[in-house]
Amino acid sequence: MASVAIRDVRKAFGTTAVIHGVDISILDGEFVVLVGPSGCGKSTLLRMIAGLENITGGEIAIGDRVVNNVPPKERDIAMVFQNYALYPHMTVADNMAFSMKLRKAPKEEIDARVKRAAEILGLNVLLERYPRQLSGGQRQRVAMGRAIVRDPQVFLFDEPLSNLDAKLRVQMRTEIKELHQRLKTTTVYVTHDQIEAMTMADKIVVMHDGIVEQIGAPLELYDKPANVFVAGFIGSPAMNFLKGKLSVNGTGTFVGPQGVRLPVVNPPAGANGTEVIYGIRPEHFTLAEDGSGEGAEAEIIVIEPTGSETQVFANLGGEEVVAVFRERHQFKPGEKIRLRPDPQYVHLFDATTGKRLNA
Amino acid sequence: MSIALQGAKPAREIREVTAWDRLKVNKNWLGAWFMLPAAAFLILFLAYPLGLGVWLSFTDARLGREGVFVGLENYDFLRDDPVFWLSVFNTILYTTVASIIKFAIGLYLALLLNENMPFKAIIRAVVLIPFIVPTVLSAIAFWWLFDPQFSIISWSLKKMGLITQNIDFLGDVWNARWSVIFANIWRGVPFVAITLLAGLQTVSPSLYEAATIDGASPWQRFRFITYPLLTPIIAVVMTFSVLFTFTDFQLIWVMTRGGPVNATHLMATFSYQRAIMSGYLGEGAAIATAMIPFLLAAIMVSWFGLQRRKWQQGADND
Repeated sequence: MASVAIRDVRKAFGTTAVIHGVDISILDGEFVVLVGPSGCGKSTLLRMIAGLENITGGEIAIGDRVVNNVPPKERDIAMVFQNYALYPHMTVADNMAFSMKLRKAPKEEIDARVKRAAEILGLNVLLERYPRQLSGGQRQRVAMGRAIVRDPQVFLFDEPLSNLDAKLRVQMRTEIKELHQRLKTTTVYVTHDQIEAMTMADKIVVMHDGIVEQIGAPLELYDKPANVFVAGFIGSPAMNFLKGKLSVNGTGTFVGPQGVRLPVVNPPAGANGTEVIYGIRPEHFTLAEDGSGEGAEAEIIVIEPTGSETQVFANLGGEEVVAVFRERHQFKPGEKIRLRPDPQYVHLFDATTGKRLNA
Repeated sequence: MSIALQGAKPAREIREVTAWDRLKVNKNWLGAWFMLPAAAFLILFLAYPLGLGVWLSFTDARLGREGVFVGLENYDFLRDDPVFWLSVFNTILYTTVASIIKFAIGLYLALLLNENMPFKAIIRAVVLIPFIVPTVLSAIAFWWLFDPQFSIISWSLKKMGLITQNIDFLGDVWNARWSVIFANIWRGVPFVAITLLAGLQTVSPSLYEAATIDGASPWQRFRFITYPLLTPIIAVVMTFSVLFTFTDFQLIWVMTRGGPVNATHLMATFSYQRAIMSGYLGEGAAIATAMIPFLLAAIMVSWFGLQRRKWQQGADND
């Protein structure tokens, strides 16, 4: 096992720069998830760690060794691909043994390692099958088995669950996390799914347009997003944003579109009159009594019950916002309700830079 | 209820189901009718000429004269004909050497064209040129290239000071054989290369990446990934290549007419010469018919080579 250090790494394809200087330090045994929308450079970064892409600038170190010019096979990493990349003409056992056979490892050692990996993943009865004869989840497991057999310093996962159906994805998510807890191998995991990132990671790296937007523990990112992008990317349904001005007069008030006024606690000093983006997560809206004067009036557009909770899409000051309630209210479209944001959970961002303003 | 029923048609008379009724809804019966036009076409233009050819080989037919059945007389005669055996030898040599080299060069070219390189699309198109040019045209070009007096090859080698006299490409027995084989390879490589390239492109790049990470060298990636995944296509391509080469006629006929002293006669050209040029239809037909066992053998080899390998079986749900 080893730590991974990514220092000011850049990547350009011809004249098109896709990664503009990324710094990430990954501790030994850590499970790090690179997350971001498609085209953000997360897969390219992973492929640079693997050695499948050249590094245009900066350096990547695995353990103490800078690997910029080290070929993939000497980096001591194993990778799980999105489409599994299982060798179709080899049995499950041969797929898993391939790397060791190439290294001319003794047969007993290969057998022992394959057997151990198969036991960990419950593949024992499938060892003689070919990839075609396996289900999606089984193929996924074989791909992981191939990685485990190598006993590498670092596991790299490139969107490994994207090809699975929703239910299996949740199941495999747990399996991968369990596997990591058991093997404690340093893992870098790429996904575009923020839920995967939140549920699996020790540390999340949010990437966007070739830069790192924020690095932190899942709940840290959720509770204190560093900017509007992270705030909007992490969490589902996404955070609501309202544009407006801050009016600080003892306590703070946010004056939003169409004169909507919402409370702010601990406004940043000297922020009176600044243009801000007011962020509030759907679950931090509560229902205020009619005529109480609290919160703001909103007109219900759509109601989406999911069973455990109800998502209410409403028009608040001309902006569509979503609120989530665990109670079962009897709402109707067109109905007017008062939504009260919990001031404790209000996020304020600079309207021009998008940076977080409140502590 | 009763009002609605009044307007309804009277129920049809109920009778036993006849065989004809069953046939009318039988899908196989319908299918047979759909196949009829294709089958008629094949019988008329393939099976009938083939049958006629085989029949002719058992007769003493000549051009302009209906033959009578003579049994195996034509074959008996051929058995003692050294030129026939020479043509068999030539055909096997021609097919074997040309096919092996076509495969080697074709595979090499396919691997090369599968790499990322500038002007990839243009280069791929250029590779196809020998295949597009009509055979007769390229044969004439080769005829000139191999001309005893005006050959540009001889001329160049002389200018370079490597030889002092023109090479007699098509006048010497072995020179002629290698020359026609060369022409055939030139013409046949594109087919092999482009088809194998199509096969290579079905191999997912992530397999190579996975193998790279697993520690495979370029040669090992070819040996353990590319080659095994390409075998089904290799089997198809090489079957076709062997069939085309074995039955080749145009190249030889234009370049050498089977000469010098029958050294480049293939079974196809020899058959044509006997049947059409000399008018011995029965004998020519016998030579042509004698090709059938060889062709069947080639097909059998590919049949077994083509059988779905174990790893190709199973659910195809990816």
